[in-house]
Amino acid sequence: MKSIISVKNLTKKFNGLTAVDNVSFEIGRGEIFAFLGPNGAGKTTTIKILTTLLLPDAGKIVLNGADPVTSPDAVRNSFGIVFQDSSLDDELTAYENMEFHGVLYKVPKEKRQKRIRTLLDLVDLWNERDKLVKTFSGGMKRRLEIARGLLHHPKIFFLDEPTLGLDPQTRNHIWEYIKDLNKNHQTTIFFTTHYMDEAERNAKCIAIIDHGRIVAQGTPNQIKRKAKKQNLEDAFIALTGHAIRQEQTNNTDNMKARIRVWRGRRR
Amino acid sequence: MISVIYIMWLRQIKRYFRSKARIVGSLGQPLLFLLVFGFGMGPTFEQAGQGNYIQFLTPGIIAMSILFTAMFSGIEIVFDKQFGFLKETLVAPVSRLEIMIGRTLGGATTAVFQGLTVLVLSYAVGFRLTNFFTFPLALLFMFIIAFLFTGLGTAIGSKLEDMHAFQLIMNFLLMPLFFLSGALFPLTGVPKVLSVVARLNPLTYGVDGLRASLLGVTQFSLANDFIILASVTAVILAIGNRFFSKMQI
Repeated sequence: MKSIISVKNLTKKFNGLTAVDNVSFEIGRGEIFAFLGPNGAGKTTTIKILTTLLLPDAGKIVLNGADPVTSPDAVRNSFGIVFQDSSLDDELTAYENMEFHGVLYKVPKEKRQKRIRTLLDLVDLWNERDKLVKTFSGGMKRRLEIARGLLHHPKIFFLDEPTLGLDPQTRNHIWEYIKDLNKNHQTTIFFTTHYMDEAERNAKCIAIIDHGRIVAQGTPNQIKRKAKKQNLEDAFIALTGHAIRQEQTNNTDNMKARIRVWRGRRR
Repeated sequence: MISVIYIMWLRQIKRYFRSKARIVGSLGQPLLFLLVFGFGMGPTFEQAGQGNYIQFLTPGIIAMSILFTAMFSGIEIVFDKQFGFLKETLVAPVSRLEIMIGRTLGGATTAVFQGLTVLVLSYAVGFRLTNFFTFPLALLFMFIIAFLFTGLGTAIGSKLEDMHAFQLIMNFLLMPLFFLSGALFPLTGVPKVLSVVARLNPLTYGVDGLRASLLGVTQFSLANDFIILASVTAVILAIGNRFFSKMQI
C-alpha cells in the first residue's frame, strides 16, 4: 500500500523541552490511523506540524505528495481538520460557518450549497442552520466542526480528540459518520485519542506515543502481542510504565494502576 | 482572491452589526465628549475668539471614534486566537495577505460607519457641514484613519497572547494618540514640546484633514495631511501584515 502520510524523524522542541522526539510513521491511503497517548504526549503538536500550523525543528514530512514546510498551500488543500478546541465563529450561524469554510476552500457556489445541505443533514444540524453557534451545546459544535471539515472533500481528515467530553451516544454517532466517510470516499483518517476503546474499536493501525516518543505501532493485535497482554489497556501500561489517564483518575484508580504496573514489570 | 477577501470582510461586518450592545456602547464615549466638552469648553473657546467650538470639536470626535473602533477590531485578532477561529483561517489554502486584507477592510468599514454615526449625531448638538462638495474627501480621510489603526491593532494583536495588555494599550497608546492629536484644542500657540509631539502623531493629520474637508479649515493643508497620513498608513499596514504572516499558534 502506498502511504499518503510519511513522517521521518520528526522533532519539535519548545524552550528546550522536547515535545515530539524523533517520531517516524507511515499511514497508508484510505487507512484509519490512531495516535494514542496521554495528555501532553505530543499528539496535538504532531498534528499542528502536519497541518502547517507549526514548523518542525527537524525531520522530513510528506503529506499527499507535498511537504508542509516548503509547500504549505499544496498541503492545505488536501486535508480537513477538527481541532481539539472549537475553531468555529460563535457569532455566526451554523450555515454561515459552513459557507465561510466553503469560500475559503474555493468550493464553487452550487456544489457548496448542495454539500452544506447534505453535510448538515448528516450531522442532524440542518434544522438548526440559522442559529448562532454560541447557542450550541458541545456535541452540536463538534458535529458542526466535523461537517465543516468535510465540506471540501479532503483526502486526509485529521481529528484531534474528536470525541473528548462528549456523551457515549454522541461518540458512537460521530464514529459512524467517520467510518462511513472512510469506507465510501476512501478518506484517510488520522485521529488522536486517549480513549483506549476508541482506538481499538476504530483504528486499523495505532501508534502509542508517550513523552514525545512512539513506543509501539501496528494493528491493535500486533501491539497486544508485542506487550504479551490480553487487552490494549494492559499493553499500554506494560509499554509505557503508567496508565493513560493517570492525572485524571482518583486515588483508588491510581493504586490499582500502580499495582498493575508493578505486576506487569515483575512478569 | 476577491471571494476570500469578501468573505473575511463580510464576517467582520456581520459580527459588528450583530453586537448591538457594542455599537451603542461605543457611541457613549464620543457623545459624552461632544456634549461635555462641546458645551463645557465652548463658551471659553468662543470668548477667546476661536469661533464655534462644536464645529471645531466634531471632526476630532469623529476621528476619535474611528481610532477606537478600528484599533479594537484589529486587536480582536487576539479573540480569534483565543477562541480558536484563527486556526480555521490559518490552515485554509489561502494566503495570509488575503486574510489580512479582508480583515482590515472589514474593520475599517465598521470604523468608518461608527464615524459617520457620530457625524449624524453631531448634527443634534449643532454641528453643520460648511461644504458638501468636499464630503467625499472627508470619507476618504475617514477610511485612511481607519486603515491605519486597524493595521496597528492587527500588528499589536498578532504579538499578544491574550487581552491582559488591553488596559496598557488603552492608557499608553490610544488615549495619548487622541489627546495629542489636536482633536480637542488648536495646536497653534501651544508649548513647543506639545507641538512637536502632536506633529509626530499621525492622527493629527487625520484630524486636520477631516477639518479641512468638512469645514475648510486647515493647519497643515489638505495635501500635506493626505501624503503624511497615507504614507504612515502604508508602513503600518506592511508591518501588520509582516507580524500577522509570521504568527504561529
